[in-house]
Amino acid sequence: MTVIEGVAAPPPTVEVRPREVSRRERWQRRLPLLPALVYTVLVTQIPFLVTLWYSFQSYFWNTPSPAHFNGLSNYKTVFTNAAFRGSLVRSVVMTVTAVIVAMILGVAFAMLLDRKFIGRGVVRTLIITPFLVMPAAAALVWAGPMLDPNFGLLNYLLQPFGVHHVAWLSTHALGSVIVVMIWQWMPFMTLIILAGLQSQPPDTLEAAKVDGAGAFATFRELTLPHLRPYIELGILLGSIYLVNVFDAVRLMTNGGPGTATTNLPFYLFQQVNNAFDIGGAAATGVVTVVLTIIVATFALRMFARVFQFEEGGV
Amino acid sequence: MSAVTLRAVEPRPQKLREMSAQVGWGILAWVLGIAFFLPVLWMVLTAFKPESAAQTWPPKFVFSPTLAEFRLVFSGWGPYVTHSLIATIGSTILVLLLGVPASYALSVHPVGRWRDGLFFFISTKMLPIVAAIGPLYVIALKAHLLDSIWLLIILYTAMNLPLAIWMIRSFMLEVPRELLEAARLDGAGRIREITEVIMPVVSPGLVSTALICVIFAWNELFLALNLTVTNAATMPMFLISSVPQEGLYLAHLSAAATVASVPVILVGWIAQRSLVRGLAMGAIK
Repeated sequence: MTVIEGVAAPPPTVEVRPREVSRRERWQRRLPLLPALVYTVLVTQIPFLVTLWYSFQSYFWNTPSPAHFNGLSNYKTVFTNAAFRGSLVRSVVMTVTAVIVAMILGVAFAMLLDRKFIGRGVVRTLIITPFLVMPAAAALVWAGPMLDPNFGLLNYLLQPFGVHHVAWLSTHALGSVIVVMIWQWMPFMTLIILAGLQSQPPDTLEAAKVDGAGAFATFRELTLPHLRPYIELGILLGSIYLVNVFDAVRLMTNGGPGTATTNLPFYLFQQVNNAFDIGGAAATGVVTVVLTIIVATFALRMFARVFQFEEGGV
Repeated sequence: MSAVTLRAVEPRPQKLREMSAQVGWGILAWVLGIAFFLPVLWMVLTAFKPESAAQTWPPKFVFSPTLAEFRLVFSGWGPYVTHSLIATIGSTILVLLLGVPASYALSVHPVGRWRDGLFFFISTKMLPIVAAIGPLYVIALKAHLLDSIWLLIILYTAMNLPLAIWMIRSFMLEVPRELLEAARLDGAGRIREITEVIMPVVSPGLVSTALICVIFAWNELFLALNLTVTNAATMPMFLISSVPQEGLYLAHLSAAATVASVPVILVGWIAQRSLVRGLAMGAIK
């Protein structure tokens, strides 16, 4: 979508509504939305309200004493706790690294798959498969048959490069977990970018070629701007899912060694399952949600831009 | 060599260069594709090994395959796969039942503040469910839903609904305005408009939406691990339980991982065109 086309496009059709929408008509329009809306409010918002309530309570479920109000002390613990800060930082590092690398690889693979070659369909099938593998299965297979220090395939394949029985999950734990995250989400990025590439009008590329533009210049000046909304959306969706990564951490390293791979989801899991600290976990949860809302506000701005793009294109 | 022959020959090296470049890119794509697929291939290969051949150095590529580990897996997977099927199919049906009308209200005859509505659904995906896991456990306990398949259906529906609404809405925007106009001039009401005009156009989109929901529900571990024990334990839980504390287990683990992953992989392979389309549409529209 070039800028000129965006300007020349007719005014948005999506939002055009008849001028005289009657009261009855308004409710008729709302009615189909209500079940999903009520369902989502009930199932997703109530647990968070309860979380807010428990965050001001002292409640350990391994003791018989009932929950009781303890003011801000859970929050004080959260903010003075190095473990929370550490897991927050690791969550950010894991998500940002995985999303960016997966996106760069995704663009590269999509460019490759956009070319014609023998067996393109088969290669695409091979490439989307990691996204379809159950994350728990991926984590266990990477931790065992792939990365095992004594029998793992990776050490065998890297032997010619001077790698000898590296215990990846002890020495490069964070990197290993991130590699698995990238492996699973790169296909998702590839698919979105590929769709973007295939929606690119071929005549502009043709024109660029006729004008004698090099491959790199064409990519930078034409393809990349066209892909921008697709890239933004891939990053957004990837972040939403990757920030919650739990399976790989739990099953590959169990958060370790030490706390080397403990991200926020795993830290919360430990607070509930090992420390039985419902109040503390709730306060951690509330702080996490507040931080998420701050980040999400920026993300939603990005959505708004995408919708403008949509209206320019419809 | 005369000028004439030169001119006749000249285009050929150019074409040859282009062709060899094409072959080169093709080979690169194949090599990288196989490299990315290698862990999956290795998982399946290891699953067919006897346990003693799975843990060797150097790793064995040639061995006499056995179904022993698969037999072991199939002897124990019954309840888990049943729970997974119920939770996956149940939640996907519920997502479509809630999502189709909601998407309709956000696209074809949009409600007043459709943008805010859509943002609300998307924003629920940004609240990390892990943050509420403790209270969720307490709520489930008090509602007598702990370790019940209904709990998973309810939560998986909420988990997938925002993405589904987002995708279905984009497919509904594809319905040509003229078709809707024509139906209205024919005197078609809301119901006929949905069943006769919209559904035929968006049904391929519904398939790819359902597929995405199936993938995420079938593969979900965190909620199942925290909120179920035996009565509703799903395939990811089965997979975890197949890792013993000691002894040789890589072949058994690989067999269980293969069995747990293959249903979604096969469905994804068969429906990959609609998957690509669904993701891209949902992404942009």
